[in-house]
Amino acid sequence: MSSLRILVPIKRVIDYAVGFSSPRLSLNHFLVKPRVNKAQTGVETAGVKHSMNPFDELSVEESVRIREKKRSPGGVEDICVVSAGPAKAQDVLRTAMAMGADRGLHVELAEGEELEPLAVAKLLAATVARERSNLVVLGKQSIDDDAGQTGQMLAGLLGWPQATQASKIEFGADDAVTVTKEVDGGVETVRAKLPMVITTDLRLNEPRYASLPNIMKAKKKKLEKLKLGDLGIGNEVRLKILKVTEPPTRQGGGKVEDVDGLVSKLKELGAL
Amino acid sequence: MFSAARRAVARPATAAIGRVTLNAYARQRFLSALAILEQRDGQLSAGSLSAVTAAKAIGGSVHGFLAGASVKSAAEEAAKVDGIEKILIVNNVAYEKGLPENYAPLLVENIKKGGYTHVIAANSAFAKGVLPRVSALLDSQQISDVTAIQDEKTFVRPIYAGNAIATVESTDAIKILTVRGTAFAAATLGSGSAAIEEGADPKAEATAEWVSEDLAKSDRPDLATASKVVSGGRGLKSKEEFDNIMLPLADALGAAVGASRAAVDSGYADNSLQVGQTGKVVAPEMYLAVGISGAIQHLAGMKDSKVIAAINKDADAPIFQIADVGLVGDLFEKVPELTEKLKSS
Repeated sequence: MSSLRILVPIKRVIDYAVGFSSPRLSLNHFLVKPRVNKAQTGVETAGVKHSMNPFDELSVEESVRIREKKRSPGGVEDICVVSAGPAKAQDVLRTAMAMGADRGLHVELAEGEELEPLAVAKLLAATVARERSNLVVLGKQSIDDDAGQTGQMLAGLLGWPQATQASKIEFGADDAVTVTKEVDGGVETVRAKLPMVITTDLRLNEPRYASLPNIMKAKKKKLEKLKLGDLGIGNEVRLKILKVTEPPTRQGGGKVEDVDGLVSKLKELGAL
Repeated sequence: MFSAARRAVARPATAAIGRVTLNAYARQRFLSALAILEQRDGQLSAGSLSAVTAAKAIGGSVHGFLAGASVKSAAEEAAKVDGIEKILIVNNVAYEKGLPENYAPLLVENIKKGGYTHVIAANSAFAKGVLPRVSALLDSQQISDVTAIQDEKTFVRPIYAGNAIATVESTDAIKILTVRGTAFAAATLGSGSAAIEEGADPKAEATAEWVSEDLAKSDRPDLATASKVVSGGRGLKSKEEFDNIMLPLADALGAAVGASRAAVDSGYADNSLQVGQTGKVVAPEMYLAVGISGAIQHLAGMKDSKVIAAINKDADAPIFQIADVGLVGDLFEKVPELTEKLKSS
């Protein structure tokens, strides 16, 4: 049984509380929405709170739990987190290390520079080779771009099996990994052998909060800085963003007094 | 200007014909879309027919693709869709479960062989797993969850949980899209008679193995395509109450049942019923939200519904800001009353 060398890619995004779902908070009423910038080139990010993509927190948590609960027969040799982004991406790498990752890789991008999922997948394929990873655990989507592609693209580039939208991961003999996936209408279970790529769904686990002592310890963990060129790739942009606009707004139609009012209004609107 | 010039350079022999004619000709001649159709046990998935509608919007020829253990009957059904020229089928039990490890190479082989410029699938769990893998193998940057096609290279998609709408132009030779089912109605079966042909089968190794599945069974309409949806939230308080209150309401309306993330997380309803950014996106004729506050991630999954109604005891709940009709009150009283009135009317 191989010991696990887990690679966990993480992304720094606008905080979910600015308008997204979170694996930790399901009850919040959101106050602020992401706003499109004046030039219509993207969403306003200056002065907006950022944090780790919620699905990536699940990936870090799961990797740490695999080690803590000794779930893999071969043990866990290494948990390496990697993020491509501006200098501030180091904040989320430190958070992941405070949650229990061993070390971090920061692929430095210029402020405002973004990579498309295909470029990220290529970067990760190069990182897998560099770090001799045999399991990559990614979030199923980032809550900014909502593309949901990187893990599958990475598996395709590496020629590895993939299990997407995982809600349960089990390890067996002979490098077998059994994953329960969330699919339309229910769940599906697949099995493959290491090395493989897994993407996480919300129900996989509940991420821990990093404790203060662990945050202090994480400051001493190794954080290596790299450039795209060090991994032998460039930033190829395939999609030109022509514009980003606000969605059409919907106006509420007011309230009714009772159930009869509800039924007659629905009839009036042609809904019944 | 640039693309017109590029076309003229690419095909200098015909450049003298005149630009307008040439472009019209080039569009007809050189655009070809492959719509990925899904089937289960030989039954065509109606949802995947939205890929055909999107493929037609590209403006060139449209082929369909089907693979699985026994796909002949599903192919014959799909062949009736007006506007499809050809259905490629691969009959092989290895593809029945849609495992990306062998299904992606299968698609890549057929895409290359057919010289398609566009590959389009409905944004289902299957396509979400397979298409990005296909994209990587073809070195193309996929465009996910497309809600509008402006021309053969310009596409519109929501980002930030639907809080912004991006218009993007693809520079890739092969454009790979998943499309939002609620934005492209399923193509209806007409009087077409597309040719059915055997596709290529590279017989790639399945490096993953399908073990089992557990799908929620229901006689109610399918959530993603239902014309009416009733959704319950945290206000239902327990699974028993959810079933007692929501199911009779759904039956009285002939509606599908949905749920908020909070209701699913609390175990009131199955995961597959979740409506929202990370669950299903629905756009029915009527969406009735019961005991749902209306958090942004829930709105991302239902705000394109034609008519939105809400019942909630909190008059300040955000759901009332977008609901066409709202009733402030205790759902445990109001919903059974509504169910009775619907049944007796």
